[in-house]
Amino acid sequence: MDVDALAALVPDGAQLALVPDNSLSPGAFARALVRRGVRDLRLVGVPVAGYATDLLIGAGCVAELETSAVTLGEAGMAPRFAAALAAGRLRVVDTTCPAMHTRLQAAEKGVPFMPLRGVLGSDLVAHRPDWKVIDNPFQPRGAEAADPILLLPALSPEFAAFHAAMADEEGNVWVGRRRELATLAHAAQRSLVTVERRVPGNMLEDERLAPGVIAAVYVSAIAVARHGAWPIGLLDEYGYDAAHIDLYAKLARSEPGFAEYCARFVAAPTEPPATILAAE
Amino acid sequence: MNGKSNELLLIAAIARLIADPAAHPARHVAVGAASPIPAAACWLAKMQGADIRLSLLHRPRGNPFSEGTRELFDLAGQGRIDLFFLGGGQIDGAANINLIGTGAWPGTGVRFPGSFGSAFMYLTVHRTILFREEHSARVLVPRVDHVSAPGISSPGTFRRGHAQALVTGRCVFRFDPTRARFSLASLHPGETRETVRAATGFDYDEPADIATTAGPTEAQAATLAGPVCDAMIETYPDFCRRVWGRGAKEEAA
Repeated sequence: MDVDALAALVPDGAQLALVPDNSLSPGAFARALVRRGVRDLRLVGVPVAGYATDLLIGAGCVAELETSAVTLGEAGMAPRFAAALAAGRLRVVDTTCPAMHTRLQAAEKGVPFMPLRGVLGSDLVAHRPDWKVIDNPFQPRGAEAADPILLLPALSPEFAAFHAAMADEEGNVWVGRRRELATLAHAAQRSLVTVERRVPGNMLEDERLAPGVIAAVYVSAIAVARHGAWPIGLLDEYGYDAAHIDLYAKLARSEPGFAEYCARFVAAPTEPPATILAAE
Repeated sequence: MNGKSNELLLIAAIARLIADPAAHPARHVAVGAASPIPAAACWLAKMQGADIRLSLLHRPRGNPFSEGTRELFDLAGQGRIDLFFLGGGQIDGAANINLIGTGAWPGTGVRFPGSFGSAFMYLTVHRTILFREEHSARVLVPRVDHVSAPGISSPGTFRRGHAQALVTGRCVFRFDPTRARFSLASLHPGETRETVRAATGFDYDEPADIATTAGPTEAQAATLAGPVCDAMIETYPDFCRRVWGRGAKEEAA
């Protein structure tokens, strides 16, 4: 299966969780979704959205986005996100990073909700009718004052997508220390994973590799996409392409510039520049 | 004041706040993305002998966490983060911060990036230093349009700490959570009571004696240009080039 076949598994209107630009975000997969012309995605930033989300919004693929933030890092605000919001073309549901993590942790445990400290007093609470505040039922006996605490509903995204370093013959994938991807894969109904390469054997039988593995039971489909994170970096294999993100941020400021970006880098699968791969 | 000495001044001012003996001890400090000035201040305080564990969240290699990005929040939830830094598209006189945007929810005027972890961290860490270089009536407003994270909480709401101070490109304000009010603590060189008042949209107290914010001593400047820059160059190459004229390439050679 190639990355375009993987992207074809995501139907119009699907809920799709994506990860931020410091966490093995699947650049090639996002570009394949744009090529496939998917529509009305409900994206979930886990917990923050970046390049892939802005690209999909710019290409008209997204109806709704739930996230703690959208950022292109040093390159600043995500321009297509801001434009779509201003034009009323995008429904935005704001959250805060640990609330997103907590909702996924509830889903991976199979419980309907989990509590979280903090957040009370933020306007986020008033704008989230799906969140509830209760009094802590486990207060020490004799406590006089109420102890309000936030409850968050479990979230099992219909799809999750990320880029891993490798997949083995058993369908296990390796993400190293990026364990937030494991939580996401545990919580998601279907995880679609691009990988840099296939390796022989079973990584769970290697004590050094096993802690960085997401087991095949959580993985629905895998496609090999060499340099598939680019322009996002991949662990210690290749770096974040700041020059490319700068170029994207500059072009995506306008509709024609965004169209030029898509024509140059999205219309057909693209390889990263040699400078980024020098460290390989 | 040129850009470079301004950055060194801010670093020195934040380093003094970190080491303030009157504040909750900063044994474990976490620094988020795009925060080279707070990161440099932490390194300076640490290299001057403060007993600080520094968790830099966006180090491309050697990241402090191995349980995923939620580990920062789990640590903070337990009270294991002593000091954190926050900014805001808007900050008001009660230390509320707005990272959502202006106009109607969710920021139909000017949209800011989003709240990140602020709504949680501001309440769960033991103290917060607010840092926003732009000091204008556009940023420092009487009342934020939306509260991403509240400056104070109602009695009975679980909260470990508050803003210790707000550091801007013009001055340092201290924050008093019992009164939900800032007080001018020091003016950066070139600023006056009047210039700061004119550039600040919220009301604040102004004590009779106000110091001038001190820049780094000669020894601190040498520490910053040497070992602090060494420690930061991989994570913040552009900042190190701009402030100390050193690039990652030269460093790697």
